[in-house]
Amino acid sequence: MSVVLETRNLEKRFGGVVATSDVSLQVRKGARHALIGPNGAGKTTLINLLTGVLAPTAGRILLDGEDITGVEPHRRVRMGLARTFQINQLFGDLTPLETIGLAVSERHGSGADWWRIVGSRAGVVEDVIELIERFQLGDVLNERVAVLPYGKQRLLEIALAFACRPRVLLLDEPAAGVPEAERHEILATVAALPKDVTVLLIEHDMDLVFSFADRISVLVNGALFVEGSPDEVARDPRVKAVYLGEDAHA
Amino acid sequence: MPGPAATDVTALLAARARWRPLELVFWVVALASVFLLPDKHLILAEIAILALFALSIDLLLGYAGIVSLGHAAFFGAGAYIAGLLGKHGVQEPLFGLVAAAAGAAVLGFASSFLVLRGSDLTRLMVTLGVALVLYEFANKAAFTGGADGLQGVVIGPVLGLFEFDITGHVAYAYSLTVLFVLFLLARRIVYSPFGLSLQAVKGNPLRARAIGVPVSRRLVAIYTLAAAYAGIAGALLAQTQQFVSLDVLAFHRSADGLLVLILGGAGYLYGGIVGAVIFKLMQDWLSALTPQYWQFWIGLVLVLIVVIGRDRMANWSHLVRDIVRPTRKAPVAAPAEQERGP
Repeated sequence: MSVVLETRNLEKRFGGVVATSDVSLQVRKGARHALIGPNGAGKTTLINLLTGVLAPTAGRILLDGEDITGVEPHRRVRMGLARTFQINQLFGDLTPLETIGLAVSERHGSGADWWRIVGSRAGVVEDVIELIERFQLGDVLNERVAVLPYGKQRLLEIALAFACRPRVLLLDEPAAGVPEAERHEILATVAALPKDVTVLLIEHDMDLVFSFADRISVLVNGALFVEGSPDEVARDPRVKAVYLGEDAHA
Repeated sequence: MPGPAATDVTALLAARARWRPLELVFWVVALASVFLLPDKHLILAEIAILALFALSIDLLLGYAGIVSLGHAAFFGAGAYIAGLLGKHGVQEPLFGLVAAAAGAAVLGFASSFLVLRGSDLTRLMVTLGVALVLYEFANKAAFTGGADGLQGVVIGPVLGLFEFDITGHVAYAYSLTVLFVLFLLARRIVYSPFGLSLQAVKGNPLRARAIGVPVSRRLVAIYTLAAAYAGIAGALLAQTQQFVSLDVLAFHRSADGLLVLILGGAGYLYGGIVGAVIFKLMQDWLSALTPQYWQFWIGLVLVLIVVIGRDRMANWSHLVRDIVRPTRKAPVAAPAEQERGP
């Protein structure tokens, strides 16, 4: 399978601190690729580099072979690289309907349309409905996002990224903080994402990682430590050492 | 849970922009004032102009979250453009409005790139600075008349038919019509995808970028538009008074505009108009009561409103907003406890 997202010798320094060190990562098309690592391993920094929130000190990022290292964040989204956030980043004063309506409008290229109401452009409503159904937001369409139950906010968080029709979807701890009762809904939704969307999952929860991923990269101290299939990673004594070591310190 | 049908979602999206009964009542009352309050037209014209100015600040602050302490720069630019046109023989008022809008928009577009940088505090300072620069420029330049003001402004009849008169009838009808037309345009804009993207940028610029919104470009666009609106408001003042004083660029005009908007409530378009009515009537009443000290009282009232009544003010404007936009249900449940697991 071809590589859809790739980093080459990616490096990020904050002053003297190396947060990302010589990371060359390849994510294959259609993969369910998980990125794991102990706290402070540099997972969030890597996500921020991939999405363009941070600029790398050195190295390159390629999306479908095209160099996107210097491309602005919103353009990367339009090129097919969308992300969710570990801590909800939503529009509290809008409704889920407005939020999704906006994201879909932007993807259809009508985000700058200032004359017609949201949803008047052909195809927008159909996409909005598909998202509402896929992410089970039908019963809260007109609530303010800020007052939604946390699980619903989490679903909206993923729906927003998915609304950008990404080729690569970066999921940053999708189930983080979700109460046990609502957790199943999120996991089922993540598992049901279409197979042609490549998913890069950043996760702490090992049950979720091993049930979902077909490829796992382990990040330690900003560098790629081990990469392989779930079985290989599970058997790797060095990975155990890292995680046991962390547990021993905890 | 049954999935929503296409008709439901289309209807819900359309319902966002539907006219509420209260809005119709509002504009019927405004129209009625043209016929029923002929002896109040002078102050009503001032109210309409202030309302338009506050509406332009609402587009910035209420929708895009941009704070400005120098919005008078655009008001003043529009006023001088319309005044200078009238002085130099271009007396058609509607052309004056268009020219003022265009001039203020160019100025807004140019200064927007400064304003985009940095945080709220930076924006306050930059907007304030731009307005101060313009004020001193108008003060020193020969063609503006400096501190004496721009004399000899002659404005022709509106559409060649309605001559401006001393009673303010034409001035009010003209200002109110311009306000209404620009209100309709603003209303159209805030319910469009563009308007929604502004609210998204205001709510969370990081996420707005992450769903593909070109944040800077949208902010430049709304800043330019708001400048054009303010320019038209300034032109209305110049035309209806047939005089332009340095005062149009003064700091207190920017501050008043902001106060008016806060009085009426930001973010639902009517706040600027409601605030302008309250502000002007209060000013009128207080200055009749205590001609020398009215600013003391108006200052005190504003402090009381903002400090003591802040939460109540917010609740009040939310209430009005909910009546105006009933698609947004009142919160039924407290937000879920947002505990994050280890």
